[in-house]
Amino acid sequence: MTELIEEVFIAGYAQSDFSRDDSAVLRLDGADIAFTTDSFVVDPIFFPGGDIGRLAIAGTVNDLLTAAARPIAIAVSFIIEEGLEIETLRSIAASMRDTADEAGVRVVTGDTKVVPRGSADKVFITTSGVGVILRPGVSGASAKPGDRIMLTGSIGDHGTAVMLAREKLLDTQAIASDAAPLTEIVLGLMESGCQVHAMRDPTRGGIASSLNEIAAQSRAAIEIDEARIRVKPAVNAACEALGIEPFFVANEGKMLILVAAEDAEKALSIARSSRYGGDADIIGEVRPAPPGRVTVRTAIGTSRVLGSPSGELLPRIC
Amino acid sequence: MRLSDEFRDPALVRELAERIGRFSGMSATIMEVCGTHTMSVARFGLKSLLPPGVSLISGPGCPVCVTDQRDIDAYLAIGALPGVTLACFGDMIRVPGSATSLERLRAEGADVRVVYSPIDAVDTARGDPGRQVVFFGVGFETTIPAIALAVKVAAEGKVSNFLVYCAHKTIPAALRALLATDELRVSGLLLPGHVTTIIGSGAYSFLADQLGVTCAVAGFEPVDILLAVEAILARIEQGTAAIDNAYPRAVRAEPNPRAAELIDEVFVTSDALWRGLGSIPGSGVALAAKYAVHDASLRFADTLAAVPPPKQTTCKCGDVLRGITRPSQCPHFGTTCTPTDPIGPCMVSSEGACAAAYKYEGV
Repeated sequence: MTELIEEVFIAGYAQSDFSRDDSAVLRLDGADIAFTTDSFVVDPIFFPGGDIGRLAIAGTVNDLLTAAARPIAIAVSFIIEEGLEIETLRSIAASMRDTADEAGVRVVTGDTKVVPRGSADKVFITTSGVGVILRPGVSGASAKPGDRIMLTGSIGDHGTAVMLAREKLLDTQAIASDAAPLTEIVLGLMESGCQVHAMRDPTRGGIASSLNEIAAQSRAAIEIDEARIRVKPAVNAACEALGIEPFFVANEGKMLILVAAEDAEKALSIARSSRYGGDADIIGEVRPAPPGRVTVRTAIGTSRVLGSPSGELLPRIC
Repeated sequence: MRLSDEFRDPALVRELAERIGRFSGMSATIMEVCGTHTMSVARFGLKSLLPPGVSLISGPGCPVCVTDQRDIDAYLAIGALPGVTLACFGDMIRVPGSATSLERLRAEGADVRVVYSPIDAVDTARGDPGRQVVFFGVGFETTIPAIALAVKVAAEGKVSNFLVYCAHKTIPAALRALLATDELRVSGLLLPGHVTTIIGSGAYSFLADQLGVTCAVAGFEPVDILLAVEAILARIEQGTAAIDNAYPRAVRAEPNPRAAELIDEVFVTSDALWRGLGSIPGSGVALAAKYAVHDASLRFADTLAAVPPPKQTTCKCGDVLRGITRPSQCPHFGTTCTPTDPIGPCMVSSEGACAAAYKYEGV
């Protein structure tokens, strides 16, 4: 995918200011604006813990938050397969309204297209979002040696829930998506003055993907401690059975926050007192070298490299 | 009992590492022959716990990696035919054939489905009588009984459009062939825990009795693997050879009777083609005559006869599988051959030695 993006799209139309972060930062008339876009093609469209609508709003909000922006407004575009029940769309719209209210954003405009049966799978949603940058310079390239890495909660919930629901492997509510907007945590951190250098929402590719991206962009090394990373027992069991490592599984309601060492405790306490950050923990730190390398101290006390996942672990997860 | 917690207990691991540490003067090469062992060793960083003179290498244990290029090309040729649905385990999707891969075939419009269980492929066939659903029979004795059951279910339900392209392999004959060559010097073998729940530890007696190689059947948690390594090193120190069972909670000396019954009914022993090892007599299975209607190699004989011989590549998977080359010693490793752009199956399979080295030890 990275090659596709670099060799076709970036090579095709990007200028020098093209952002490889989740949001672009634009300077408009003296204000710094974060601008992001995302598409949602998750299958199935309803799953334990959420639906495509909640995912669309939360995902867009979280992308803006990673740029340290206060999310303001979202535009939503629908591509609907002919014949999809109206009740399904009403349900998705209601879910989007609830999530937007929770996140403190408004859906301000949109577009709708209906395509013939078979030309799309039920519904695809594309969003664009804008926010106001609260603190400039927060980016994947800004991690500094010594920074502590905070993870706001358990990993693997969303990807596992969607996989089990799609393949009908297990009919259970025990494993549910964590889809959620993380406005409370991030705005709380910004207000507190904590020196946050980088943030990422570890969606497709899991924390392995995000940590490797940050290590590469910042030209630093990252070390994490497996014992500090929470995986719910049911998620762990499902991943073990399927031969998948939770590090590679998508999350939709978690944030990786890289913060100066002296502010780590304060950041942790802000996260833990928020609605979706109760299980937050400091899971690792940034080291100077070797650049781009992510290593894990395993639960048994040995050390090994955590590479980026290659290829699609599971398609249409978000 | 929370098995994965107990058998990953850091205190137990430390104790075992210390016990193994007393073999520090010894020089020994232990080979594992199971893709899941490859992954477990890598994921838990177990090599770092072994004394300096003891090395752990990977042999032909990855079922995807040992699948010969000819079998992959044959299966891809069947998939290009009209009216054919290919059903396989997820691991096979990105394995490169001579001209294409299942992933590319699927992107070009072929009907390729990943299944978690071969019975799912029988259901697919039953639900779509107009198509021929061809399952790629890849895997060792752990998987063979499941395919046997699927074939039996298909036969009983007269689902004649369910077929198997059988490329299954069996471990004991391959080990005999591997150890008969002079190029490999192993002091001991870690034997695959789950294959052995099917065939019983007695199936390996010849390794100790006739070939003088000491072995230990191992489970997959860190404590399991370290216990097995300790057993092997103790035997080497004593100068004896035996088949030790270090996985007694799952493995017995005798084969699993239900599995044995199913396999005997549906399959016959045959020769098999192994990547890197060539044709090994008696190391595979083929469908018994009674189930010939489900045999893809018979149904598509004409197509298969027209498949050209595989393209020669400079891939060193064969040498890696024989344990004579480490992944990092291959000139392609990490440069022209990576998980996203693999030249051979050892890099693309999630259990391949090259993929494990790349992901867990870094380039």
